[in-house]
Amino acid sequence: MRKFGRSLISQVSRRAFMQGSVAAVGITFVGGANRAWSAEEKRLNIYNWDTYIGEKTLGTFNARTGIQVQYDLFGDNEEMFAKLKEGNPGYDIIVPTDYMVEDMISLGMVVPLDHSKIPNLKHLDPAFTNPAYDPGMKHSIPYMWGTMGLGYKESAMDSAPESWADVLEPSRAAKHSGRIALLSDSRAVIGCALKYMGYPMNSTDAKQIAEARDLLIAVKPHIKTFAADNGQDLLVAGEVDITMEWSGDIAAVMQEEEGYNYVVPKEGSNVWVDNICIPKDAPHPDNAHKFINHVHDVDVHVEIANTIYFATPNKDAKAKMPKEYTDNPAVFAPDDVLSRCEGILSVGEHTRLYDEAWTAIQAS
Amino acid sequence: MEDWRKNKLAFMVFMGPATFWLLVFFTIPVVAIWVYSFGERGPLGQTYLAFSFDNYLRAIEPIHLKILWKSIWIGGLSTFLCLLIGFPVALGIAFAPDRWKNPLLLVVVLPFFTNMLIRTFAWIVVLGSRGVVNSGLGWLHGQADWLLGFAGLPDVMGQFTPLEMLHNNYTVIVGLVYVHLPFLILPLYATLEKLDRSYLEASLDLGAGQWRTFFSVLAPLAMPGIVTGCLLVFILSMGNFLVPDRLGGTDSMMIGNLIAQEFSKARDWPFGAALSFVIMYPVFIFFAINALMMRRRERVRAEA
Repeated sequence: MRKFGRSLISQVSRRAFMQGSVAAVGITFVGGANRAWSAEEKRLNIYNWDTYIGEKTLGTFNARTGIQVQYDLFGDNEEMFAKLKEGNPGYDIIVPTDYMVEDMISLGMVVPLDHSKIPNLKHLDPAFTNPAYDPGMKHSIPYMWGTMGLGYKESAMDSAPESWADVLEPSRAAKHSGRIALLSDSRAVIGCALKYMGYPMNSTDAKQIAEARDLLIAVKPHIKTFAADNGQDLLVAGEVDITMEWSGDIAAVMQEEEGYNYVVPKEGSNVWVDNICIPKDAPHPDNAHKFINHVHDVDVHVEIANTIYFATPNKDAKAKMPKEYTDNPAVFAPDDVLSRCEGILSVGEHTRLYDEAWTAIQAS
Repeated sequence: MEDWRKNKLAFMVFMGPATFWLLVFFTIPVVAIWVYSFGERGPLGQTYLAFSFDNYLRAIEPIHLKILWKSIWIGGLSTFLCLLIGFPVALGIAFAPDRWKNPLLLVVVLPFFTNMLIRTFAWIVVLGSRGVVNSGLGWLHGQADWLLGFAGLPDVMGQFTPLEMLHNNYTVIVGLVYVHLPFLILPLYATLEKLDRSYLEASLDLGAGQWRTFFSVLAPLAMPGIVTGCLLVFILSMGNFLVPDRLGGTDSMMIGNLIAQEFSKARDWPFGAALSFVIMYPVFIFFAINALMMRRRERVRAEA
């Protein structure tokens, strides 16, 4: 009896194993053949920031091209980077910020773009078509840009904040003790503290970074939380009265509710450009080019800008936008403010200085 | 009866899936992270394989040990509170009439049907400045104000200021206890359920009071369940990074957040890996000693 049982089990398992492996070989074969000669399947996998697209963008894209979109969200550049670092899990479109584009190009994580497939590039403002982080837009197409600043509730302020001192200098921050949120973005927060102290935003000087760290540790008792890109929600929910945030997030709140405002502190801040790229090994690069072209279609772009309220590099779309958008300093920072702003740059091996300063701030 | 361990085939069939699972989903990833932990971070955040102990030296710097110590503390306190709340609940279910047991267990497990992220966000809605608790208190405040005004004492209560309950270490502990409570109740219930009640009756009959029976008879008998439950809750709360991230304030960083930071923001996988292993080595050593002691005990028993 036991002998019979044993042989039965081994036979069954061997046969099942054989079937399984044959099936697996079959699938790989079909998959390989399919990719080799047929047109791309009608699918596109997008990996984008939260609240960073129009309400109708994907619908119109599907209506025009018949392509089904799978849409995933990330919260910051590093999260996106970590997911793609050891190989692309299947995304066709990603939206990294300037410094991250530069790193991803150096690491060969994004592919060159075929500009002939993106005729709508003609709508871009020439000021954006030759960025320092990717000369000639070879690997990236600008999507939106903005600044980092302070969003605040007007009724809670005696006077409008105008300096980083209002949230970073302990004696001044004490006025709003426990009603302040900073972002949980180490480079942005330490960078703004460096700007406030008159140092460059991308300092690699250990002493300057240590000074910025000590300032942040000193002001920490007055800070309620380091918000994970949800400062605008904390502001509207009444948890805080003043928060460090990206321009468009506050501008969108200002569109919906009265009594909130945004300012870029006079010491200067961070200015950034987010870009659309196609990661290496994207399964549907043709569809991805179609999508990039779609996003810069003037009407489509107008709807996106109207929804998310970040500043657009698409000059023809901007021309069709209402005055509340084009003349809004929370969306388009005035030139004199911009002249004091800097982009975040990759600091290579000095990243560790920022990382350790940030851990020290969190742990103290 | 035949010792099932002697039947090699049956043993392999039954152990096969578990071994496969352990190998593919536990051993291989853990070994990969272990190999990373000796690596180096490239200037752009690449992971270079190397053989260096730098990451470990960095992991035991005082600042990182301080965060580890804090995680142990918060994890321990959450575990203690879970035990305080979970023990009576598990006891209640175990001693409830049979037809009530399944519904009661369902109530304990019910929160698992909702994603942990959503349950954590729910606490923001409950405890926020304009959240459920503060709205309720504000309403009570308004009613009291109105009543006192009626009694000829207007403006005694003053303006209602919402309680600041979010974004501090207490909220983190509340969140951790809430999320992990079922992990303590279930193993504890399993132990209490099959416990021989005649021991309790004997203890009471022989003159021990309720308290004495609880601490000298029930608690020792339930010890396997208590240990399993507490260990589960402690490990899960100590390593949790979602709850401190969402409910915590500016000083709520726990070891899980630090490791997450190294794998994302800092793009320093080797250091993140070393930090993970600083926690895992003691666990491995604990289990190794445990296994050694078990083997010795078995040998002693076999010789006797």
